[in-house]
Amino acid sequence: MYTASELKKGLRIKIDNDPYILTEFNFVKPGKGQALYRCKLKNMLNGNQFERTFRSVDTFETADLREKKMQYLYKEEGKYCFMDNETYEQIYLTEEQMDDAKNFLMDNIEAEILLFEDKAIGISLPNFVDLIVTEAEPWAKGDTVSGATKPVKVQTGYTIQVPTFVNEGEKIRVDTRTGEYMTRVKG
Amino acid sequence: MDESIADENFILARKRDALQLRASLIQNIRLFFINNNFLEIETPVRIPAPAPEEHIEALPSGDWFLQTSPELCLKRLLAAGYPQIFQISKCFRAGERGKLHLPEFTMLEWYVTGFDYQQLMNQCEEMIISVANDLGFAHGLVCQARQINLASPWERVTVQEAFEKYAPATLAEALSKDNFDEILVEHIEPNLGIAQPTFLYDYPAQLGALARLKQSDKSTAERFELYIGGLELANGFSELTDAQEQRQRFVRAQKLRAQKGYAAYPLPEKFLSALENLPASAGIALGIDRLAMLFTGAASIDDVVPFPPETL
Repeated sequence: MYTASELKKGLRIKIDNDPYILTEFNFVKPGKGQALYRCKLKNMLNGNQFERTFRSVDTFETADLREKKMQYLYKEEGKYCFMDNETYEQIYLTEEQMDDAKNFLMDNIEAEILLFEDKAIGISLPNFVDLIVTEAEPWAKGDTVSGATKPVKVQTGYTIQVPTFVNEGEKIRVDTRTGEYMTRVKG
Repeated sequence: MDESIADENFILARKRDALQLRASLIQNIRLFFINNNFLEIETPVRIPAPAPEEHIEALPSGDWFLQTSPELCLKRLLAAGYPQIFQISKCFRAGERGKLHLPEFTMLEWYVTGFDYQQLMNQCEEMIISVANDLGFAHGLVCQARQINLASPWERVTVQEAFEKYAPATLAEALSKDNFDEILVEHIEPNLGIAQPTFLYDYPAQLGALARLKQSDKSTAERFELYIGGLELANGFSELTDAQEQRQRFVRAQKLRAQKGYAAYPLPEKFLSALENLPASAGIALGIDRLAMLFTGAASIDDVVPFPPETL
């Protein structure tokens, strides 16, 4: 059970027997008025979206979702195939169900496949993944505090904005929920 | 360089222009008030008794509280015969955190003896236009790729008119169904201050805890809010000078707070006594961080302060 003030972007709740994910969450409070929580919710089964405003006193059921570790095998005809390495069971996710996760999908990576009532409905990557920068413009030395960014390509083919001091071949940590650069990682 | 320091420097470097503009903004606001014969005041940040309001939570500080606004102390000065005063200070409100909220934020308040809320709206308009000119924004502001014209006179819309114009329900319906706040944030606020700044004024009496009621209509408080680019910037009103009426309102707010399990504050007795001598006056509170957001085009309040709480 959650109260509205505990909601945040990415949280999964159950409304009318369907699982929903919060795609946007904003705290608002009109002058002298009460705290309100403006949310955009996406139905995790059919992708339908809607906006709703909640009050602090509103409560929400936790969505009964299960995650299962599976290995990414291949992509075929727009479907992504994953396998459970213990039972050899295979499941498929559509491009839509993959959502932004496809930007961070490395070969043979183990990911948590999301099951709602034992049906695969989505994928959940670790919040942070470390990716190698495969294409980057060289860094103009000395420019450590300019605040400027540049686009680089990482090993999955995804293009991301990073500070100018990041070089090709370096490993960077990316927040898979926002798709944003976090920090450089050693090794 | 250590990775985390490089990243912190990167974030702070990106804020350099915004922080510079914020500093100029505050300097110019201060100059405006000094040039208009206002006295700058510093009231204590730690106080024993914040105004009991239904939806504002003070942070405890020892046995006392951190101010949610300098309002009560500033009005004691007004009552003591200081006719024009202003203050720029940190205020604290528990649980307020979002794109437009920091639990610790910077507030400008000013009070004018002899003014009512209409005159204060004029002065608020004059102050922001003057500061905008000083900062090189004479032609207006750009908010979400749209030009906002700052030329006087600004739009003035009553709360009742705003409901008729933008909302799916009337003001009376919203009040009886208890969804005034929801309709305000969903349907009305996004339409306010878009082409030019908008004053939303004449609030239902129960939404102006310290405001005077209209002589001609006791169901309406002489209160206004300023919106620019859909952003709520300032709240002002003609001051309630009836100590007995103010006490009743505070006691009512205390009861509502108790019902919801919120912390009990002692009644601000010294303020209530001073209110006996409060001359007709008007006062306004303006969020400096939000005004800085407008001038810098920031999408989040985090962009106009160096250290949001999560970075400490």
